[in-house]
Amino acid sequence: MVRMDVTNKESPLMNAIEVDHLVKKFGDLTAVNDISFTVAEREIFGLLGPNGAGKTTLIRMMTTLTPPTSGTARIDGHDIRTDANGVRHALGVIPQAFTSDPELTAKENMLIHAKLYGVPSETRISLINQLLESVDLMKFRDALVGTFSGGMRRRLEIARGLVHAPKILFLDEPTTGLDPVSRANVWEMIRNLRDKSGLTILLTTHYMDEADKLCDRIAIVDHGKLAALDTPARLKDSVPGTDAVEAEFDHAPDNWHEQLKGLAEAEAVTQHDNVTHIASSNGSSTVAALMDLARARGVTVRKVSVQSTTLDDVFLHYTGRELRDAAGGSMTYDVSRFYR
Amino acid sequence: MNFERTWALIERDMRKFFRSPALMMSTMIFPLVQLIVLGYAFGGKIKGAKIAFVDQDRSVESRQIREMFDGIAAGPATFRIVDYDSAPHAIDDLRAGFVRGVVEVPRDFSRRFYQHDRPRIAFSEDNTDQVMASSLLQSLQDMVTAINTAPVQPRLDDQVELNVVEVYPYIEYAKYLLAGSTAMAIFIVAMIGGGITFIDDKSRGLHEGYLLTPIKKTELVMGMIGAGAVKGLMAGMAIVLIGGMIVGIPGLWNPVRLLYLCLVVLIASVAMISLMFLAMVRVSDPLVPRAVFGVLNMLLFFPSGAISPIEGFPKWLRWMSVVDPFTYTVHALRNLTIKNTGIEGIYSDVLLLSGFSVVMIVSCIALFKRQL
Repeated sequence: MVRMDVTNKESPLMNAIEVDHLVKKFGDLTAVNDISFTVAEREIFGLLGPNGAGKTTLIRMMTTLTPPTSGTARIDGHDIRTDANGVRHALGVIPQAFTSDPELTAKENMLIHAKLYGVPSETRISLINQLLESVDLMKFRDALVGTFSGGMRRRLEIARGLVHAPKILFLDEPTTGLDPVSRANVWEMIRNLRDKSGLTILLTTHYMDEADKLCDRIAIVDHGKLAALDTPARLKDSVPGTDAVEAEFDHAPDNWHEQLKGLAEAEAVTQHDNVTHIASSNGSSTVAALMDLARARGVTVRKVSVQSTTLDDVFLHYTGRELRDAAGGSMTYDVSRFYR
Repeated sequence: MNFERTWALIERDMRKFFRSPALMMSTMIFPLVQLIVLGYAFGGKIKGAKIAFVDQDRSVESRQIREMFDGIAAGPATFRIVDYDSAPHAIDDLRAGFVRGVVEVPRDFSRRFYQHDRPRIAFSEDNTDQVMASSLLQSLQDMVTAINTAPVQPRLDDQVELNVVEVYPYIEYAKYLLAGSTAMAIFIVAMIGGGITFIDDKSRGLHEGYLLTPIKKTELVMGMIGAGAVKGLMAGMAIVLIGGMIVGIPGLWNPVRLLYLCLVVLIASVAMISLMFLAMVRVSDPLVPRAVFGVLNMLLFFPSGAISPIEGFPKWLRWMSVVDPFTYTVHALRNLTIKNTGIEGIYSDVLLLSGFSVVMIVSCIALFKRQL
């Protein structure tokens, strides 16, 4: 059932990222469990999963911040185990938490990073100005970063991540905590980076819409494992039914689910908490049949809705739970900090 | 090693340091306050201590003693004499703290004086305050020695005299304390830069940003220690110069002396920042450096001889002073500030502090984790 097209066979381009059976264990806990995939050059690749799914640990291994327990990855041909410096030069990384210094100005933050990456002094200032211009922060170049909004700071960090002209950009939950306008700005910036600069971009997110709108391919990660990997369209196609009917009932008989499976156009019926999900090839016909059946059996329909298949349905289909449940219900923490 | 990367970290810290006047002031205020308050509170000569005088003899000889007390009260002013009629009343007031000592001339003093029968004066001291008691006792013993001195010297003097030669002019305690206060300023910078700021930057994720770059751990450690050392040099020299002017160190602006002072302060800064960095290299909790600040201050400052001579310490405390970088900092700075020595007075301390720094830095590099 798991859809797993781990290589981008459609693209004639070279692989920018090759992840090869990566495993990370913290004591008895396996945070990343044998994950493999490849990302082609100029691709926007998304790692989708709830908090605690292992996305950040995976990114940290790929960016040489955390050593893998086993397996390896090659970033622009540089192995994370044997050529960490090559990996660091090839990558621009925007971590989940803000890492720009709030007591320095935007320009100073950029300048210090440019020096750490060994950007030649003769091109440093013009490059920094160019990058700040591109993220619309030129007029704030001499303002302290501590005075920036979350969106401005994220844009600065994206610019800072590009200061050494990397081939690949990693963004760990780039829009978490941002308002809708800032999120839209960041999305546009990411698209522009790929379209205009030809960068390969790998981002992690737990926002379905973000993954859907931005990514060429999505890997669904849950409990440290790769649950599915494909384009958003093909992942949605892989879920039975084109529409999703959600309903809540009172006074339902014991065999109610069995009866629902016989509804017109219904393809699959599942239950999560008190909500019944019906995958249907024609949502409106299924709802009409459902109402008739409920009336005939004396079942009260408390709530019913129809929507086209979303990545939420994809996540539900492949992991057996909704993303919001996975994020909130299990209350998983980034346990890696306890083992540092 | 790429020095540009190391310098980038030093530059970052310098920009932050100069942008935060409150941080700069806080590194200097405590050592200056310590120098002024502690320096002038301790080590001064006792003046105006109230002494009860009980004359039960009321003779010519007892009045002579009373006059000698008046002489001291009018001169060095160590005492202020208060006459009492009754010895028990005077003792009650001594116990209550109204007077610091009781001098009693007994009823038979003049008789014994003329009979050459060991005439005696009683001195009751409040020995709960050892400093005051020993100071008063010294003054009284000087006075009794003066009484005992024969008015006419024998032709052949068979008494041995001790002639004291003071190598330096009188040194006030504040001058003596200046070296300790300077070391304290360096320690505060080390504690803030090598402890608190380092851990805070770690917990705020700023270090993750540096670890993602190609910087090597040697460059990272050297950059952080270098930044702390430059800040320590600035704070230390500020205290030497401001404190030196306050307490009145003569010839402070002599260029050679300033050069030696810079050398000692810089080496001491490297030693202390690297010690602090080593102590915090694996710490992640921002509360830890704040919690250990007082303990480290106590362990490093007091055993160093900054406020009292090491020779007065018990053996175990002397051993602590041997391994304490403060000890050599204080010794070298004291030689330069109050003894005005040249390189001969500081080279052994500089060598020891340099060796200590090398061991600390190598250990820091070995223990520093390049990964999260």
